[in-house]
Amino acid sequence: MSISTKQVKLGHGGGGRMAIQFLDEVIRPRFSNTALDSLDDAALLKLESDRIAMSSDSMIVKPVEFAGGNIGKLAICGTANDLAVSGARPRFLSMALIIEEGLDFALLERLLDSAAETASSIGVSIVCGDTKVVPRGEVDGIFFNTTGIGELDPRLSLGIGRIRTGDAVLSSGTLGDHGATIMVARESLGITGGLSSDCAPVAELCSRLYELGNDLHFMRDPTRGGLIAVASEIVHQQKFSIRLFAKHIPLKGATRAACELVGVDPLSLACEGRVITVVAADAAESALELMRADPLGAEAAIIGEVIENPAGRLLLQTSIGTERVIIQADEDPLPRIC
Amino acid sequence: MSLGAQGNAFQSPELTKALAERIDATLQGRPLRIMHVCGTHEHAVGNYALRSLFPPSVKLIGGPGCPVCVCPAADIEQAMQLARQGLIVATFGDMMRVPANQQSLADLRSEGADLRIVGSVADAVHLARANPDRELVFFAVGFETTACTFAAAVLADPPKNFSMLTSIRQTPPAVDALQTLDDNKLDGYLLPGHVCAVIGLKPFAHLNEQGAFLSVAGFEPVEIMHGLLLIAEQARDEAPRADNAYRRLVRYDGNTAAIRAMQQAFKLADSTWRGIGSIPGSGYVLRDELETLDARKRYDLPPSENIDASMPKGCACGEVLTGQIAPQQCPSYGRSCTPPHPLGPCMVSFEGSCRIAYTFEGFDREN
Repeated sequence: MSISTKQVKLGHGGGGRMAIQFLDEVIRPRFSNTALDSLDDAALLKLESDRIAMSSDSMIVKPVEFAGGNIGKLAICGTANDLAVSGARPRFLSMALIIEEGLDFALLERLLDSAAETASSIGVSIVCGDTKVVPRGEVDGIFFNTTGIGELDPRLSLGIGRIRTGDAVLSSGTLGDHGATIMVARESLGITGGLSSDCAPVAELCSRLYELGNDLHFMRDPTRGGLIAVASEIVHQQKFSIRLFAKHIPLKGATRAACELVGVDPLSLACEGRVITVVAADAAESALELMRADPLGAEAAIIGEVIENPAGRLLLQTSIGTERVIIQADEDPLPRIC
Repeated sequence: MSLGAQGNAFQSPELTKALAERIDATLQGRPLRIMHVCGTHEHAVGNYALRSLFPPSVKLIGGPGCPVCVCPAADIEQAMQLARQGLIVATFGDMMRVPANQQSLADLRSEGADLRIVGSVADAVHLARANPDRELVFFAVGFETTACTFAAAVLADPPKNFSMLTSIRQTPPAVDALQTLDDNKLDGYLLPGHVCAVIGLKPFAHLNEQGAFLSVAGFEPVEIMHGLLLIAEQARDEAPRADNAYRRLVRYDGNTAAIRAMQQAFKLADSTWRGIGSIPGSGYVLRDELETLDARKRYDLPPSENIDASMPKGCACGEVLTGQIAPQQCPSYGRSCTPPHPLGPCMVSFEGSCRIAYTFEGFDREN
């Protein structure tokens, strides 16, 4: 590579030869595909369905590298997962970078390698993008935006409106791991051992669940605000409530311990590789089996039920068998986690 | 927090229920009004909905167990003064958001003052070392649980640019003051686990002579129920004692090293408790020989005379802190006072009764 530089410079994101060189030597080799290789001002694409889903996510996570992932991997997972839980197979992504002048070049390459690897693992192509570099201090390190489109599976009709009393609520795995990892890294708590982000692309796991067809009522990835945000949104102003069972909610020991230490509820922390599903009651066991067949779903569990009375509440049966409401906090316990 | 499947033995549902049944069998309908003086106890009780397991005749009331809540506005104003002078002022996260008279430290920070959140006094010392060209003041707010760490820090040769603005209170004098309240109908106290881990049970034992039933308890469901059971047994036998349901951490004489450190660093002083008033001999200030570490002397802060012990307008935290009303009975609760827009400190602090009530119960607009 003829770019021999240790740091990202303003020119890499400008309109001159440095920017062309950046595109040719840093971006194209990693993300090569038909659309990108013949890129003009827009990617020219062909889709197999006329029912498409589109989603966008900006990544501002700090720190940019953390146990279990980095902002590059997160950028792909964030958007691809949003498409997957909407019932769409993710196909194409755009990727825009806003970089602070002086960012370590080797770091940038690591982040882009992760993005490329993650995209490739789920058959997603980065077909267009943009790179901007701003002077030192005008942005914090590097921010990503990805916008993606996917093809909707015709068997599915997903949404809060499909949820019924008696439905089962499931989680594809342990909760709060991403948020806890970021929290510990940021607070410099000096906690080591066992904590790792759950950041992962869930497209494969979701596509297994599509087999449930009409019995699959709702899916969401619990990012900002965690399970509590998702469940609170579901019950808001509805005629039903959700009761969660603390005993059945899978939590990693390290996540639980870190949360106890800091005084944060792991159920309010973000996950970046988990799916919360609501399915018809008699499809619950099948849903569990389908998820557990996926490497990311080994610890899938039924964590709650949709109940008729009261209305519009999120309830928790505690680990000691008592019951209380869960109130969604007005503010995020932790900023800049994704 | 709502923890999942693998709790520890102190979270055993069977044990917790068995203890609840024992309490019921022991009391056989006898009413029992117990106060706790620890925000962390209130949080645990709310988190596990423990009150739903108590026999109906048992009432556990929250008291002034929140050091951030009882820190007078005058002390916060002094911290603001130092920040306005360009010093680095470091303090705990929830101390930043407590409204003083007009604004909070967090408001001042958004105006450009250099206020930093730290998790401990050790972090503040670390910050001072990392900024040798600046003066740093640690706004030291707490009860005995953190006071011993403050003492350890001042005795461990802190950097020359470090000092403390102290706002330290002791728990036993507060409990004594609660005993003198005219309408006090308390039968006893569930004593604070971490405070007692430091100072032991001894400083509270004299309350037995006034007929108060006492037990210290830890913070897990089984531990809290165990503490209440020991109190219930004292009530049944009409035999006040200072029982210990937290033996894994608390000794009757306390932690002698921690007590010694506090004696070396601090001397007793009268102290004002926001929302309550002045309680004689209830505070700790730095000893005279440590005056270079005392921000009030070092920066010549005007003495806090005529300290207004009141809460902000419209705030009834004082009555909540003394257990006279429950948070839900404050007219501002959930209406003009919520966690994002708090009127008073009880809705700000993680150990504040109002914030805890809001966290676990919210606000029912129909009621």
